[in-house]
Amino acid sequence: MSLQVDIEKRLGHFTLRAKFEAESGITGLLGASGCGKSYTLKCIAGIETPDRGRIVLDGDVLFDSEKRINKKPQQRHVGYLFQSYALFPNMTVEENILCGLHGVRDKAEKKRACAEALKMFQLEDVAGHKPSALSGGQQQRAALARILVNRPKLLMLDEPFSALDTHLRMRLKLQMLDALRSYGGPVLLVTHSRDEAYHMCGQIAVMDAGRAYPPVSTKELFANPGTVHAAILTGCKNIAPAQKAGEKLLYVPSWGIQLETALPVPDSVTHVGIRAHYFSTRETRNRYPVAFAGDMEEPFEWVIEFRYGNQRPDTPTIWWRLPKEKRPGQMPEALGIAPVNVLALRDGK
Amino acid sequence: MDWYPLWNSLRIAAISSVLVFFLGILCAYYVARLPRLVKGLLDVVLTLPMVLPPTVCGYFLLLVFGARRPLGMLLARWGIKFVMTWYGGVLTALVVAFPLMYRTARGAFESFDCTLAHAGQTLGLSNTFIFWRIRMPACKQGILAGFVLAFARALGEYGATSMMIGYTPGRTATISTTVYQLWRTNDDGGAFFWVMVNLAISAVVLLAVNLLEARQKKEARP
Repeated sequence: MSLQVDIEKRLGHFTLRAKFEAESGITGLLGASGCGKSYTLKCIAGIETPDRGRIVLDGDVLFDSEKRINKKPQQRHVGYLFQSYALFPNMTVEENILCGLHGVRDKAEKKRACAEALKMFQLEDVAGHKPSALSGGQQQRAALARILVNRPKLLMLDEPFSALDTHLRMRLKLQMLDALRSYGGPVLLVTHSRDEAYHMCGQIAVMDAGRAYPPVSTKELFANPGTVHAAILTGCKNIAPAQKAGEKLLYVPSWGIQLETALPVPDSVTHVGIRAHYFSTRETRNRYPVAFAGDMEEPFEWVIEFRYGNQRPDTPTIWWRLPKEKRPGQMPEALGIAPVNVLALRDGK
Repeated sequence: MDWYPLWNSLRIAAISSVLVFFLGILCAYYVARLPRLVKGLLDVVLTLPMVLPPTVCGYFLLLVFGARRPLGMLLARWGIKFVMTWYGGVLTALVVAFPLMYRTARGAFESFDCTLAHAGQTLGLSNTFIFWRIRMPACKQGILAGFVLAFARALGEYGATSMMIGYTPGRTATISTTVYQLWRTNDDGGAFFWVMVNLAISAVVLLAVNLLEARQKKEARP
Protein backbone atom coordinates (compact mmCIF):
# COMPACT_ATOMS: atom_id res chain seq x y z
CA MET A 1 0.00 0.00 0.00
CA SER A 2 1.55 3.29 -0.99
CA LEU A 3 0.71 6.75 -2.20
CA GLN A 4 2.77 8.91 -4.54
CA VAL A 5 1.94 12.57 -4.91
CA ASP A 6 3.64 15.07 -7.18
CA ILE A 7 1.38 18.01 -7.94
CA GLU A 8 1.44 21.70 -8.74
CA LYS A 9 -1.34 24.27 -8.51
CA ARG A 10 -1.37 28.05 -8.73
CA LEU A 11 -3.40 29.43 -5.86
CA GLY A 12 -3.66 33.21 -5.95
CA HIS A 13 -0.54 34.51 -4.24
CA PHE A 14 1.44 31.28 -4.11
CA THR A 15 2.00 28.05 -5.95
CA LEU A 16 1.31 24.77 -4.23
CA ARG A 17 4.07 22.24 -4.90
CA ALA A 18 3.66 18.95 -3.11
CA LYS A 19 5.87 15.97 -3.80
CA PHE A 20 5.97 13.09 -1.39
CA GLU A 21 5.37 9.40 -0.90
CA ALA A 22 3.58 7.72 1.95
CA GLU A 23 3.61 4.08 2.91
CA SER A 24 1.39 2.31 5.43
CA GLY A 25 1.39 4.07 8.77
CA ILE A 26 0.61 7.66 9.62
CA THR A 27 2.33 10.43 7.69
CA GLY A 28 1.90 13.94 9.03
CA LEU A 29 1.62 17.09 6.92
CA LEU A 30 2.77 19.78 9.31
CA GLY A 31 2.41 23.44 8.38
CA ALA A 32 1.01 26.80 9.43
CA SER A 33 -2.60 27.53 8.51
CA GLY A 34 -3.08 28.61 4.91
CA CYS A 35 0.04 26.86 3.60
CA GLY A 36 -1.91 24.49 1.35
CA LYS A 37 -2.16 21.39 3.56
CA SER A 38 -5.89 20.89 3.24
CA TYR A 39 -5.76 21.84 -0.43
CA THR A 40 -3.28 19.00 -1.00
CA LEU A 41 -5.73 16.57 0.59
CA LYS A 42 -8.55 17.92 -1.60
CA CYS A 43 -6.43 17.34 -4.71
CA ILE A 44 -5.79 13.75 -3.65
CA ALA A 45 -9.50 13.22 -2.96
CA GLY A 46 -10.43 14.67 -6.35
CA ILE A 47 -12.43 17.57 -4.94
CA GLU A 48 -9.93 20.05 -6.40
CA THR A 49 -7.91 19.61 -9.58
CA PRO A 50 -4.18 20.40 -9.70
CA ASP A 51 -2.71 22.23 -12.72
CA ARG A 52 0.00 19.67 -13.27
CA GLY A 53 1.29 16.44 -11.86
CA ARG A 54 0.46 12.89 -10.94
CA ILE A 55 -1.22 11.10 -8.05
CA VAL A 56 -0.87 7.33 -7.79
CA LEU A 57 -2.45 5.22 -5.08
CA ASP A 58 -1.51 1.57 -4.89
CA GLY A 59 -0.52 1.48 -8.57
CA ASP A 60 -3.86 3.05 -9.51
CA VAL A 61 -3.41 6.38 -11.31
CA LEU A 62 -5.90 8.83 -9.79
CA PHE A 63 -4.62 11.89 -11.60
CA ASP A 64 -2.14 12.41 -14.41
CA SER A 65 -2.12 15.72 -16.23
CA GLU A 66 -0.04 14.38 -19.13
CA LYS A 67 -2.24 11.36 -19.77
CA ARG A 68 -5.33 13.44 -19.01
CA ILE A 69 -6.49 11.13 -16.27
CA ASN A 70 -8.64 12.71 -13.58
CA LYS A 71 -10.78 10.24 -11.73
CA LYS A 72 -13.96 11.35 -10.01
CA PRO A 73 -13.87 11.42 -6.20
CA GLN A 74 -16.33 8.52 -6.26
CA GLN A 75 -13.83 6.32 -8.12
CA ARG A 76 -10.81 7.07 -5.95
CA HIS A 77 -11.59 5.05 -2.81
CA VAL A 78 -10.05 7.67 -0.58
CA GLY A 79 -11.40 8.28 2.92
CA TYR A 80 -11.51 11.93 3.97
CA LEU A 81 -12.22 12.92 7.56
CA PHE A 82 -13.14 16.61 7.37
CA GLN A 83 -12.25 19.06 10.08
CA SER A 84 -15.98 19.55 10.73
CA TYR A 85 -16.56 15.76 10.33
CA ALA A 86 -19.24 16.50 7.68
CA LEU A 87 -21.81 14.10 9.12
CA PHE A 88 -25.09 14.40 7.22
CA PRO A 89 -27.27 16.42 9.61
CA ASN A 90 -30.59 15.05 8.36
CA MET A 91 -29.63 11.43 9.02
CA THR A 92 -29.12 9.47 12.21
CA VAL A 93 -25.71 8.07 13.16
CA GLU A 94 -26.79 4.68 11.88
CA GLU A 95 -28.00 6.10 8.55
CA ASN A 96 -24.74 8.00 8.22
CA ILE A 97 -22.77 4.79 8.64
CA LEU A 98 -25.06 2.99 6.19
CA CYS A 99 -24.09 5.68 3.63
CA GLY A 100 -20.56 4.35 3.90
CA LEU A 101 -21.89 0.85 3.23
CA HIS A 102 -23.86 1.75 0.09
CA GLY A 103 -21.67 -0.55 -1.98
CA VAL A 104 -22.75 -3.63 -0.04
CA ARG A 105 -25.68 -5.19 -1.89
CA ASP A 106 -26.61 -7.94 0.58
CA LYS A 107 -29.02 -6.43 3.13
CA ALA A 108 -28.19 -8.80 6.00
CA GLU A 109 -24.48 -8.28 5.46
CA LYS A 110 -24.99 -4.52 5.41
CA LYS A 111 -26.88 -4.62 8.69
CA ARG A 112 -24.26 -6.82 10.30
CA ALA A 113 -21.37 -4.58 9.18
CA CYS A 114 -23.20 -1.50 10.48
CA ALA A 115 -23.90 -3.11 13.86
CA GLU A 116 -20.26 -4.16 14.11
CA ALA A 117 -19.04 -0.62 13.36
CA LEU A 118 -21.46 0.89 15.89
CA LYS A 119 -20.12 -1.50 18.51
CA MET A 120 -16.48 -1.00 17.64
CA PHE A 121 -16.77 2.78 17.82
CA GLN A 122 -18.94 2.74 20.95
CA LEU A 123 -21.86 4.37 19.17
CA GLU A 124 -24.58 1.81 20.01
CA ASP A 125 -26.30 4.11 22.49
CA VAL A 126 -26.52 7.00 20.03
CA ALA A 127 -27.21 5.00 16.85
CA GLY A 128 -30.68 6.55 16.48
CA HIS A 129 -29.59 10.12 17.26
CA LYS A 130 -28.94 12.93 14.81
CA PRO A 131 -25.33 14.19 14.72
CA SER A 132 -26.34 17.49 16.36
CA ALA A 133 -27.20 15.56 19.55
CA LEU A 134 -23.72 14.01 19.78
CA SER A 135 -20.64 15.20 21.65
CA GLY A 136 -17.59 16.24 19.65
CA GLY A 137 -15.85 12.94 20.36
CA GLN A 138 -18.87 10.90 19.34
CA GLN A 139 -19.20 12.90 16.13
CA GLN A 140 -15.60 12.19 15.30
CA ARG A 141 -16.03 8.48 15.97
CA ALA A 142 -19.19 8.37 13.85
CA ALA A 143 -17.44 10.11 10.96
CA LEU A 144 -14.47 7.79 11.21
CA ALA A 145 -16.74 4.73 11.38
CA ARG A 146 -18.61 5.92 8.27
CA ILE A 147 -15.31 6.23 6.41
CA LEU A 148 -13.72 2.97 7.58
CA VAL A 149 -16.74 0.77 6.75
CA ASN A 150 -16.32 2.07 3.20
CA ARG A 151 -12.87 0.38 3.16
CA PRO A 152 -10.80 3.21 1.66
CA LYS A 153 -7.36 2.53 0.22
CA LEU A 154 -6.08 5.72 1.79
CA LEU A 155 -7.26 7.62 4.83
CA MET A 156 -6.85 11.37 5.16
CA LEU A 157 -7.46 13.23 8.41
CA ASP A 158 -7.79 17.01 8.22
CA GLU A 159 -6.98 18.63 11.59
CA PRO A 160 -8.95 15.87 13.33
CA PHE A 161 -8.64 17.26 16.86
CA SER A 162 -8.90 21.01 16.32
CA ALA A 163 -12.68 21.11 16.89
CA LEU A 164 -12.42 19.41 20.29
CA ASP A 165 -11.93 20.72 23.79
CA THR A 166 -8.36 20.48 25.00
CA HIS A 167 -9.16 18.05 27.80
CA LEU A 168 -10.70 15.58 25.34
CA ARG A 169 -7.89 15.66 22.84
CA MET A 170 -5.47 13.29 24.55
CA ARG A 171 -8.13 10.62 25.09
CA LEU A 172 -9.34 10.93 21.51
CA LYS A 173 -5.83 10.73 20.13
CA LEU A 174 -5.40 7.41 21.92
CA GLN A 175 -8.80 6.19 20.67
CA MET A 176 -7.96 7.26 17.14
CA LEU A 177 -4.60 5.45 17.23
CA ASP A 178 -6.47 2.38 18.47
CA ALA A 179 -9.01 2.56 15.65
CA LEU A 180 -6.29 3.09 13.05
CA ARG A 181 -4.28 0.09 14.21
CA SER A 182 -6.74 -2.26 12.49
CA TYR A 183 -6.59 -0.17 9.31
CA GLY A 184 -3.75 -1.38 7.10
CA GLY A 185 -3.44 1.40 4.52
CA PRO A 186 -1.55 4.67 4.49
CA VAL A 187 -2.88 7.57 6.56
CA LEU A 188 -2.25 11.27 5.91
CA LEU A 189 -2.79 13.55 8.86
CA VAL A 190 -2.88 17.30 8.35
CA THR A 191 -2.09 19.43 11.38
CA HIS A 192 -0.56 22.68 12.50
CA SER A 193 0.15 21.33 15.96
CA ARG A 194 3.60 19.93 16.60
CA ASP A 195 2.29 17.94 19.59
CA GLU A 196 -0.37 16.27 17.48
CA ALA A 197 2.18 15.46 14.77
CA TYR A 198 4.59 14.07 17.35
CA HIS A 199 1.93 11.96 19.09
CA MET A 200 0.33 10.50 16.00
CA CYS A 201 2.78 10.33 13.12
CA GLY A 202 5.65 8.01 12.28
CA GLN A 203 6.94 10.41 9.67
CA ILE A 204 6.30 14.05 8.94
CA ALA A 205 6.39 16.19 5.79
CA VAL A 206 6.81 19.87 6.60
CA MET A 207 4.86 22.34 4.44
CA ASP A 208 5.74 25.97 3.94
CA ALA A 209 3.97 28.47 1.66
CA GLY A 210 2.66 25.80 -0.67
CA ARG A 211 5.78 23.67 -0.69
CA ALA A 212 5.85 20.21 0.88
CA TYR A 213 9.25 18.84 1.85
CA PRO A 214 9.90 15.09 1.65
CA PRO A 215 8.76 13.27 4.80
CA VAL A 216 11.35 12.36 7.43
CA SER A 217 10.92 10.28 10.56
CA THR A 218 9.31 12.21 13.40
CA LYS A 219 12.18 11.71 15.84
CA GLU A 220 14.68 12.82 13.22
CA LEU A 221 12.66 15.95 12.38
CA PHE A 222 12.52 17.09 15.98
CA ALA A 223 16.19 16.25 16.66
CA ASN A 224 17.41 17.96 13.52
CA PRO A 225 14.82 20.10 11.73
CA GLY A 226 17.30 21.30 9.09
CA THR A 227 15.39 24.40 7.98
CA VAL A 228 14.32 27.52 9.85
CA HIS A 229 10.73 26.80 8.94
CA ALA A 230 10.78 23.23 10.23
CA ALA A 231 12.44 24.47 13.41
CA ILE A 232 9.63 26.99 14.00
CA LEU A 233 6.95 24.39 13.25
CA THR A 234 8.49 21.91 15.65
CA GLY A 235 8.39 24.57 18.34
CA CYS A 236 11.92 25.95 18.41
CA LYS A 237 11.66 29.34 20.12
CA ASN A 238 15.17 30.82 19.81
CA ILE A 239 16.38 31.35 16.26
CA ALA A 240 19.08 33.80 15.21
CA PRO A 241 21.22 34.37 12.10
CA ALA A 242 24.51 32.45 12.27
CA GLN A 243 27.63 31.80 10.21
CA LYS A 244 29.89 28.81 9.90
CA ALA A 245 33.03 29.44 11.95
CA GLY A 246 34.69 26.04 11.84
CA GLU A 247 34.12 22.33 11.22
CA LYS A 248 31.78 22.13 14.23
CA LEU A 249 31.52 25.76 15.19
CA LEU A 250 28.88 28.44 14.59
CA TYR A 251 29.24 32.18 15.10
CA VAL A 252 26.07 34.01 16.17
CA PRO A 253 26.73 37.73 15.61
CA SER A 254 23.56 39.11 17.23
CA TRP A 255 24.15 37.13 20.42
CA GLY A 256 27.90 37.83 20.34
CA ILE A 257 28.86 34.18 20.96
CA GLN A 258 30.25 31.09 19.26
CA LEU A 259 28.51 27.72 19.64
CA GLU A 260 30.01 24.28 19.34
CA THR A 261 27.88 21.67 17.54
CA ALA A 262 27.89 17.86 17.71
CA LEU A 263 27.55 17.32 13.95
CA PRO A 264 29.64 19.01 11.27
CA VAL A 265 28.07 22.35 10.27
CA PRO A 266 26.81 22.35 6.64
CA ASP A 267 28.09 25.15 4.38
CA SER A 268 24.53 26.26 3.65
CA VAL A 269 23.86 27.21 7.28
CA THR A 270 22.15 30.57 7.78
CA HIS A 271 20.65 30.35 11.28
CA VAL A 272 21.04 28.67 14.63
CA GLY A 273 18.18 27.31 16.70
CA ILE A 274 18.13 26.53 20.41
CA ARG A 275 15.01 24.98 21.95
CA ALA A 276 13.87 26.77 25.08
CA HIS A 277 14.23 23.59 27.17
CA TYR A 278 17.87 23.02 26.32
CA PHE A 279 19.65 25.68 28.36
CA SER A 280 21.37 24.24 31.39
CA THR A 281 22.81 25.68 34.58
CA ARG A 282 25.30 22.83 34.94
CA GLU A 283 26.45 22.34 31.35
CA THR A 284 29.98 23.64 30.92
CA ARG A 285 30.14 23.61 27.11
CA ASN A 286 28.79 26.57 25.14
CA ARG A 287 28.60 28.39 28.46
CA TYR A 288 28.23 32.17 28.32
CA PRO A 289 27.27 34.89 30.78
CA VAL A 290 23.59 35.87 30.75
CA ALA A 291 21.48 38.72 32.15
CA PHE A 292 17.94 38.20 33.44
CA ALA A 293 15.34 40.18 31.43
CA GLY A 294 11.95 38.99 32.68
CA ASP A 295 9.85 35.93 33.34
CA MET A 296 6.38 34.47 32.88
CA GLU A 297 4.73 31.82 34.99
CA GLU A 298 2.90 28.88 33.40
CA PRO A 299 0.96 26.17 35.24
CA PHE A 300 3.92 23.80 35.51
CA GLU A 301 6.83 25.68 34.03
CA TRP A 302 8.66 28.96 34.11
CA VAL A 303 9.56 30.86 30.98
CA ILE A 304 12.57 33.04 31.70
CA GLU A 305 13.73 35.75 29.34
CA PHE A 306 17.41 36.58 29.23
CA ARG A 307 20.11 38.21 27.11
CA TYR A 308 23.68 37.15 26.54
CA GLY A 309 26.33 39.46 27.98
CA ASN A 310 27.45 40.69 24.56
CA GLN A 311 24.07 40.46 22.85
CA ARG A 312 23.10 43.34 20.58
CA PRO A 313 20.43 45.38 22.38
CA ASP A 314 18.13 45.60 19.34
CA THR A 315 17.66 41.81 19.10
CA PRO A 316 14.88 39.84 20.83
CA THR A 317 15.40 38.28 24.24
CA ILE A 318 16.08 34.54 24.52
CA TRP A 319 13.57 32.16 26.11
CA TRP A 320 14.51 29.51 28.63
CA ARG A 321 11.80 27.12 29.75
CA LEU A 322 12.21 24.94 32.82
CA PRO A 323 10.06 22.90 35.24
CA LYS A 324 9.01 24.89 38.30
CA GLU A 325 10.87 22.79 40.84
CA LYS A 326 14.10 23.27 38.89
CA ARG A 327 14.08 27.07 39.00
CA PRO A 328 17.16 28.24 40.87
CA GLY A 329 16.71 30.65 43.80
CA GLN A 330 18.46 33.37 41.88
CA MET A 331 19.26 33.78 38.19
CA PRO A 332 22.53 31.98 37.30
CA GLU A 333 25.44 34.04 36.00
CA ALA A 334 25.89 31.85 32.94
CA LEU A 335 24.07 29.13 30.97
CA GLY A 336 25.45 26.31 28.86
CA ILE A 337 24.06 24.25 25.95
CA ALA A 338 25.08 20.69 25.08
CA PRO A 339 26.51 20.73 21.51
CA VAL A 340 23.97 18.10 20.43
CA ASN A 341 21.21 20.65 21.16
CA VAL A 342 22.64 23.36 18.91
CA LEU A 343 20.58 23.18 15.70
CA ALA A 344 22.30 24.35 12.52
CA LEU A 345 19.53 25.61 10.22
CA ARG A 346 19.25 26.89 6.67
CA ASP A 347 16.78 29.35 5.28
CA GLY A 348 15.03 26.87 3.02
CA LYS A 349 14.52 29.34 0.17
CA MET B 1 -73.26 31.14 -6.41
CA ASP B 2 -70.51 30.87 -9.00
CA TRP B 3 -67.41 29.26 -7.47
CA TYR B 4 -65.49 29.30 -10.75
CA PRO B 5 -62.97 32.06 -9.73
CA LEU B 6 -61.92 30.05 -6.67
CA TRP B 7 -61.41 26.88 -8.65
CA ASN B 8 -59.60 28.73 -11.46
CA SER B 9 -57.33 30.64 -9.07
CA LEU B 10 -56.42 27.50 -7.18
CA ARG B 11 -55.56 25.50 -10.28
CA ILE B 12 -53.54 28.34 -11.79
CA ALA B 13 -51.63 28.85 -8.52
CA ALA B 14 -51.14 25.11 -7.91
CA ILE B 15 -49.94 24.19 -11.39
CA SER B 16 -47.71 27.24 -11.81
CA SER B 17 -46.13 26.93 -8.36
CA VAL B 18 -45.35 23.23 -8.86
CA LEU B 19 -43.72 24.07 -12.20
CA VAL B 20 -41.89 27.00 -10.61
CA PHE B 21 -40.74 24.71 -7.80
CA PHE B 22 -38.78 22.43 -10.14
CA LEU B 23 -37.71 25.14 -12.59
CA GLY B 24 -36.54 27.41 -9.77
CA ILE B 25 -34.52 24.67 -8.08
CA LEU B 26 -32.98 23.58 -11.37
CA CYS B 27 -31.96 27.12 -12.34
CA ALA B 28 -30.74 27.93 -8.83
CA TYR B 29 -28.61 24.78 -8.69
CA TYR B 30 -26.93 25.41 -12.03
CA VAL B 31 -26.63 29.18 -11.78
CA ALA B 32 -25.01 28.92 -8.34
CA ARG B 33 -22.15 26.97 -9.95
CA LEU B 34 -21.53 29.28 -12.91
CA PRO B 35 -18.62 31.74 -13.18
CA ARG B 36 -19.33 35.07 -11.50
CA LEU B 37 -19.89 37.19 -14.63
CA VAL B 38 -22.37 34.82 -16.29
CA LYS B 39 -24.03 34.34 -12.92
CA GLY B 40 -24.52 38.07 -12.45
CA LEU B 41 -25.99 38.47 -15.92
CA LEU B 42 -28.35 35.51 -15.71
CA ASP B 43 -29.34 36.62 -12.25
CA VAL B 44 -30.55 39.96 -13.56
CA VAL B 45 -32.56 38.37 -16.37
CA LEU B 46 -34.13 35.72 -14.14
CA THR B 47 -35.01 38.16 -11.37
CA LEU B 48 -36.39 40.97 -13.58
CA PRO B 49 -40.05 39.84 -13.41
CA MET B 50 -39.91 40.35 -9.64
CA VAL B 51 -38.99 44.03 -9.84
CA LEU B 52 -40.85 45.00 -13.02
CA PRO B 53 -44.41 46.28 -12.62
CA PRO B 54 -46.81 43.39 -13.38
CA THR B 55 -48.31 45.34 -16.27
CA VAL B 56 -44.89 45.57 -17.90
CA CYS B 57 -44.52 41.80 -17.53
CA GLY B 58 -47.94 41.38 -19.08
CA TYR B 59 -46.95 43.66 -21.94
CA PHE B 60 -43.84 41.58 -22.63
CA LEU B 61 -45.83 38.37 -22.46
CA LEU B 62 -48.29 39.71 -25.01
CA LEU B 63 -45.35 40.80 -27.13
CA VAL B 64 -44.15 37.21 -27.28
CA PHE B 65 -47.35 35.17 -27.14
CA GLY B 66 -49.81 37.62 -28.70
CA ALA B 67 -52.08 36.19 -31.42
CA ARG B 68 -50.38 38.20 -34.16
CA ARG B 69 -46.78 37.54 -32.99
CA PRO B 70 -44.58 34.88 -34.64
CA LEU B 71 -44.47 32.59 -31.61
CA GLY B 72 -48.17 33.11 -30.92
CA MET B 73 -49.04 32.22 -34.49
CA LEU B 74 -46.75 29.20 -34.44
CA LEU B 75 -48.33 27.91 -31.24
CA ALA B 76 -51.80 28.58 -32.62
CA ARG B 77 -51.10 26.03 -35.36
CA TRP B 78 -51.04 23.33 -32.67
CA GLY B 79 -54.10 24.82 -31.07
CA ILE B 80 -52.20 26.35 -28.19
CA LYS B 81 -53.37 29.83 -27.31
CA PHE B 82 -52.05 31.55 -24.20
CA VAL B 83 -54.04 34.76 -24.60
CA MET B 84 -57.48 34.76 -22.97
CA THR B 85 -57.24 31.15 -21.71
CA TRP B 86 -56.92 29.78 -18.17
CA TYR B 87 -53.61 28.10 -18.98
CA GLY B 88 -52.35 31.46 -20.20
CA GLY B 89 -52.90 32.40 -16.56
CA VAL B 90 -50.63 29.52 -15.56
CA LEU B 91 -47.91 30.83 -17.86
CA THR B 92 -48.30 34.38 -16.51
CA ALA B 93 -48.19 33.26 -12.88
CA LEU B 94 -45.17 31.10 -13.67
CA VAL B 95 -43.19 34.02 -15.06
CA VAL B 96 -44.14 36.35 -12.23
CA ALA B 97 -43.62 33.85 -9.39
CA PHE B 98 -40.45 32.24 -10.74
CA PRO B 99 -37.95 34.80 -9.33
CA LEU B 100 -39.25 34.27 -5.79
CA MET B 101 -38.56 30.54 -5.91
CA TYR B 102 -35.30 30.98 -7.80
CA ARG B 103 -33.96 33.63 -5.40
CA THR B 104 -34.76 31.80 -2.18
CA ALA B 105 -33.57 28.44 -3.50
CA ARG B 106 -30.34 29.99 -4.71
CA GLY B 107 -29.73 31.59 -1.35
CA ALA B 108 -30.30 28.22 0.31
CA PHE B 109 -27.96 26.42 -2.10
CA GLU B 110 -25.25 29.02 -1.66
CA SER B 111 -25.31 28.70 2.11
CA PHE B 112 -25.11 24.90 1.84
CA ASP B 113 -21.98 23.49 3.44
CA CYS B 114 -20.08 22.02 0.47
CA THR B 115 -18.03 19.71 2.64
CA LEU B 116 -21.19 17.60 3.06
CA ALA B 117 -21.33 17.07 -0.69
CA HIS B 118 -17.60 16.41 -0.81
CA ALA B 119 -17.88 13.91 2.02
CA GLY B 120 -20.62 12.12 0.09
CA GLN B 121 -18.48 12.04 -3.04
CA THR B 122 -15.45 10.59 -1.28
CA LEU B 123 -17.73 7.92 0.21
CA GLY B 124 -18.64 6.99 -3.37
CA LEU B 125 -22.25 8.23 -3.21
CA SER B 126 -23.71 9.25 -6.57
CA ASN B 127 -24.31 12.93 -7.32
CA THR B 128 -28.05 12.23 -7.66
CA PHE B 129 -28.15 10.70 -4.18
CA ILE B 130 -26.17 13.62 -2.79
CA PHE B 131 -28.55 16.12 -4.40
CA TRP B 132 -31.83 14.58 -3.23
CA ARG B 133 -30.81 13.04 0.09
CA ILE B 134 -28.21 15.49 1.42
CA ARG B 135 -28.37 18.83 -0.38
CA MET B 136 -32.16 19.14 -0.64
CA PRO B 137 -32.92 18.19 2.99
CA ALA B 138 -30.26 20.60 4.19
CA CYS B 139 -31.82 23.38 2.12
CA LYS B 140 -35.40 22.36 2.97
CA GLN B 141 -36.25 25.50 4.93
CA GLY B 142 -35.23 27.89 2.18
CA ILE B 143 -36.84 25.88 -0.57
CA LEU B 144 -40.09 25.54 1.34
CA ALA B 145 -40.14 29.26 2.01
CA GLY B 146 -39.58 29.93 -1.68
CA PHE B 147 -42.39 27.60 -2.65
CA VAL B 148 -44.87 29.27 -0.31
CA LEU B 149 -43.90 32.72 -1.54
CA ALA B 150 -44.26 31.58 -5.15
CA PHE B 151 -47.68 30.03 -4.44
CA ALA B 152 -48.90 33.16 -2.67
CA ARG B 153 -47.64 35.35 -5.52
CA ALA B 154 -49.27 33.14 -8.14
CA LEU B 155 -52.55 33.17 -6.25
CA GLY B 156 -52.56 36.95 -5.89
CA GLU B 157 -51.33 37.77 -9.40
CA TYR B 158 -53.46 40.52 -10.94
CA GLY B 159 -51.67 42.97 -13.24
CA ALA B 160 -50.04 40.70 -15.79
CA THR B 161 -52.94 38.24 -15.59
CA SER B 162 -55.58 40.81 -16.42
CA MET B 163 -53.57 41.90 -19.47
CA MET B 164 -52.87 38.37 -20.66
CA ILE B 165 -56.14 36.58 -20.00
CA GLY B 166 -58.52 39.39 -19.15
CA TYR B 167 -61.73 38.72 -17.24
CA THR B 168 -64.30 36.34 -18.71
CA PRO B 169 -66.70 34.91 -16.12
CA GLY B 170 -66.61 31.13 -16.17
CA ARG B 171 -63.53 31.02 -18.38
CA THR B 172 -60.61 33.16 -17.21
CA ALA B 173 -61.93 34.84 -14.06
CA THR B 174 -59.66 34.51 -11.02
CA ILE B 175 -60.29 35.70 -7.48
CA SER B 176 -58.22 38.85 -7.92
CA THR B 177 -59.73 39.84 -11.27
CA THR B 178 -63.20 39.06 -9.91
CA VAL B 179 -62.66 41.33 -6.89
CA TYR B 180 -61.70 44.19 -9.19
CA GLN B 181 -64.54 43.54 -11.62
CA LEU B 182 -67.21 43.32 -8.90
CA TRP B 183 -65.94 46.41 -7.12
CA ARG B 184 -65.84 48.33 -10.42
CA THR B 185 -69.45 47.41 -11.14
CA ASN B 186 -70.52 48.58 -7.67
CA ASP B 187 -71.13 45.05 -6.34
CA ASP B 188 -69.45 45.82 -3.05
CA GLY B 189 -70.91 42.77 -1.31
CA GLY B 190 -69.63 40.40 -3.97
CA ALA B 191 -66.18 41.96 -3.88
CA PHE B 192 -66.12 41.69 -0.08
CA PHE B 193 -67.06 38.01 -0.27
CA TRP B 194 -64.15 37.19 -2.59
CA VAL B 195 -61.80 39.28 -0.47
CA MET B 196 -62.78 37.08 2.48
CA VAL B 197 -62.22 33.92 0.44
CA ASN B 198 -58.76 35.14 -0.50
CA LEU B 199 -58.00 36.01 3.13
CA ALA B 200 -59.05 32.53 4.24
CA ILE B 201 -56.82 30.81 1.69
CA SER B 202 -53.81 32.94 2.62
CA ALA B 203 -54.38 32.28 6.33
CA VAL B 204 -54.60 28.52 5.75
CA VAL B 205 -51.37 28.55 3.72
CA LEU B 206 -49.47 30.52 6.36
CA LEU B 207 -50.83 28.31 9.13
CA ALA B 208 -49.69 25.20 7.27
CA VAL B 209 -46.20 26.65 6.88
CA ASN B 210 -45.98 27.49 10.57
CA LEU B 211 -47.10 23.97 11.51
CA LEU B 212 -44.52 22.45 9.17
CA GLU B 213 -41.77 24.61 10.65
CA ALA B 214 -42.77 23.71 14.20
CA ARG B 215 -42.68 20.02 13.34
CA GLN B 216 -39.27 20.41 11.77
CA LYS B 217 -37.90 22.12 14.84
CA LYS B 218 -39.25 19.30 16.98
CA GLU B 219 -37.59 16.76 14.70
CA ALA B 220 -34.27 18.55 14.81
CA ARG B 221 -34.22 18.35 18.59
CA PRO B 222 -32.64 15.19 20.00
